[in-house]
Amino acid sequence: MEGERRASQAPSSGLPAGGADGESPGGGAPFPGSSGSSAVLQAEVLDLDEDEDDLEVFSKDASLMDMNSFSPMMPTSPLSMINQIKFEDESDLKDLFITVDEPESHVTTIETFITYRIITKTSRGEFDSSEFEVRRRYQDFLWLKGKLEEAHPTLIIPPLPEKFIVKGMVERFNDDFIETRRKALHKFLNRIADHPTLTFNEDFKIFLTAQAWELSSHKKQGPGLLSRMGQTVRAVASSMRGVKNRPEEFMEMNNFIELFSQKINLIDKISQRIYKEEREYFDEMKEYGPIHILWSASEEDLVDTLKDVASCIDRCCKATEKRMSGLSEALLPVVHEYVLYSEMLMGVMKRRDQIQAELDSKVEALTYKKADTDLLPEEIGKLEDKVECANNALKADWERWKQNMQNDIKLAFTDMAEENIHYYEQCLATWESFLTSQTNLHLEEASEDKP
Amino acid sequence: MEQAPPDPERQLQPAPLEPLGSPDAGLGAAVGKEAEGAGEESSGVDTMTHNNFWLKKIEISVSEAEKRTGRNAMNMQETYTAYLIETRSVEHTDGQSVLTDSLWRRYSEFELLRSYLLVYYPHIVVPPLPEKRAEFVWHKLSADNMDPDFVERRRIGLENFLLRIASHPILCRDKIFYLFLTQVFFFYLADSRLKALNATFRVKNPDKRFTDLKHYSDELQSVISHLLRVRARVADRLYGVYKVHGNYGRVFSEWSAIEKEMGDGLQSAGHHMDVYASSIDDILEDEEHYADQLKEYLFYAEALRAVCRKHELMQYDLEMAAQDLASKKQQCEELVTGTVRTFSLKGMTTKLFGQETPEQREARIKVLEEQINEGEQQLKSKNLEGREFVKNAWADIERFKEQKNRDLKEALISYAVMQISMCKKGIQVWTNAKECFSKM
Repeated sequence: MEGERRASQAPSSGLPAGGADGESPGGGAPFPGSSGSSAVLQAEVLDLDEDEDDLEVFSKDASLMDMNSFSPMMPTSPLSMINQIKFEDESDLKDLFITVDEPESHVTTIETFITYRIITKTSRGEFDSSEFEVRRRYQDFLWLKGKLEEAHPTLIIPPLPEKFIVKGMVERFNDDFIETRRKALHKFLNRIADHPTLTFNEDFKIFLTAQAWELSSHKKQGPGLLSRMGQTVRAVASSMRGVKNRPEEFMEMNNFIELFSQKINLIDKISQRIYKEEREYFDEMKEYGPIHILWSASEEDLVDTLKDVASCIDRCCKATEKRMSGLSEALLPVVHEYVLYSEMLMGVMKRRDQIQAELDSKVEALTYKKADTDLLPEEIGKLEDKVECANNALKADWERWKQNMQNDIKLAFTDMAEENIHYYEQCLATWESFLTSQTNLHLEEASEDKP
Repeated sequence: MEQAPPDPERQLQPAPLEPLGSPDAGLGAAVGKEAEGAGEESSGVDTMTHNNFWLKKIEISVSEAEKRTGRNAMNMQETYTAYLIETRSVEHTDGQSVLTDSLWRRYSEFELLRSYLLVYYPHIVVPPLPEKRAEFVWHKLSADNMDPDFVERRRIGLENFLLRIASHPILCRDKIFYLFLTQVFFFYLADSRLKALNATFRVKNPDKRFTDLKHYSDELQSVISHLLRVRARVADRLYGVYKVHGNYGRVFSEWSAIEKEMGDGLQSAGHHMDVYASSIDDILEDEEHYADQLKEYLFYAEALRAVCRKHELMQYDLEMAAQDLASKKQQCEELVTGTVRTFSLKGMTTKLFGQETPEQREARIKVLEEQINEGEQQLKSKNLEGREFVKNAWADIERFKEQKNRDLKEALISYAVMQISMCKKGIQVWTNAKECFSKM
């Protein structure tokens, strides 16, 4: 089936990138014998995720998920994806609109958690209706991400916001944290929707449309815990061997990712620090203006001047506040998302390497006649296809990601510059009008003195 | 107006040094002119460079500062800064200035000059000195007195101090001031006199204007110190904001190395971030001058209080004298009439040890009458002094108020100008940066 696909020139996005859909690994068929006991075991595995007091940053959990990607599912043919790239930015072809809002707190005897309302509007045929409203919690997002990574090990899955931010959190869920997370989750789903392949993923669809109980039961289906553990062991074993034959282009990609990750992390720290300094500047400025008012109470002749100065300072203060909020809306979330993206990318590279490593180990086995060599050539053939698919998928998605990254970064920094220009223009206008009024007063007084 | 105000402490005449080349006779004639001349001065330090000082125009400048080491009174090695005071006389005809005197003085000598002026001109609001130690610092400025920026600002402050004295209609004519500018061996005053002025006492009927003035000076001092403290904190924060942006420059530059299309934009944007970050140094240096202008008035508050204290001292003195006189009169009356209403030791002992003789009584009455006479004279002259003091002091206070209003208004305007300049720079830099970003 895969061979056919490669041969044909899959025309356009009209095709629901066929295969992309069929891949919800274990989404459809329940694993025989797993429904009973393994369902319980699976629940326990999920419970780990439910523990939101886990201070580990999300990316570590992601690596656990990596190991589950050894399902015999076919990644999409790259050709159909390439064609879809052309259409991704044209909004008139966008047929899936998602919003994430209305965080709500739920309290049970065991735990407290937040759910978010997700509204989906679509004109796609495969959806039963044109509008859906569901409630999801962070755990559910984690699940979705895991499924996507399983299905598309070498595609660049959008990052999720961190599970928990340790620094300076007094309350587990304060308003700022929830709002930041909500925005990030909104971004996450929309990025998936905009992705030419991921947008047609079955688990994604279920995530957007299923009622709570439907989702739980769907989640429980999937490869059993034991099989997943087995895969994990094999994966660890093969990755231990290291990547010997990483192709040149992926070496370059890896270098880029490493450097990019360093730089974006630094930029994230710098941007956060700027925000902090601006906030502290704002706090001090708030006190500065009123002192002039206080002073004006003891000076008869300087009352107006002092009061005017005070009001100028207050206006500049407000402008600072606006600049700060602009920074926190336009720049900080974007930079932070790319910090998380850089971690994702490293995960993707690892997965690609693992797929290759699997092939390499089989080839080695054949060369040195380690195991039963009868079936090997056939297995190797399949693995070669798998590697080629994975590589192509990554290559295509990489180009797309880079393009997006450039646009996003460019926009974010341009916005930041714009905010600063606006800030200084406002302050300039304030002080210039003060100066004019003082000069006018002076002229008035001078003309009054004349006989 | 006389050369020196009627001051009870006149006995403290300085060593009789005649001012060189300036006939006292000339002073009388110069008075009228100088009063006019002084009135011509407009606001601000910059214009106070000319002074009709003994019929000649004189320019004073504190032109240099130098680090010195020497031995102090306890024969210990110390480092201090010396300042060069140059006096130039300007010829009327061709406007050329000739250097007439130059000498080096250190801060403590300026302090001595000021102490002397405070004592000898108690009704005058004596200009303050710049701060002895760096206060109201924000973290970048060191609190070190040897710091070049601090020394430079102090040099300007000392020059300002001398110019203010030189343009004051009364202080400019002081001989000791002249000596300070011209004679290396400056005579030393005991400052115990100053301590006496600080003694506390209770006044029954102070002049309301002085009470109000004291309140005002307290308010002025407290509000300006508060303002300076907050300004320093604001400056510190602003510094932080600007400087952190500088980090972008470095990281952008490194990042541009791995980017093909974005590289150039990132690199040049990074350069603008560096420019932005370094622009704050000049901005805050300028603001420091503004802070100095405010500080001068912070210290002026102390000078105002000194004048109020002097008034209180005189008033107290007067009230004590009046009380003393009243009690003596009462005693006298009692002795004459034979009634005893007031307590006196003499009276008690008389009671205890027997009546005094009529001769003794007569003698006592006579003594009292003499004392009463003297007391009345003294009270009269004290009253006169008091009224004279109030008149003179209030005149100077009015002059001070005018000066203060002008100076502070100008300072606030200059603050606005600084802010405008800062905003313009900011717009420039960020517009450039935005252009770079949009080309990425």
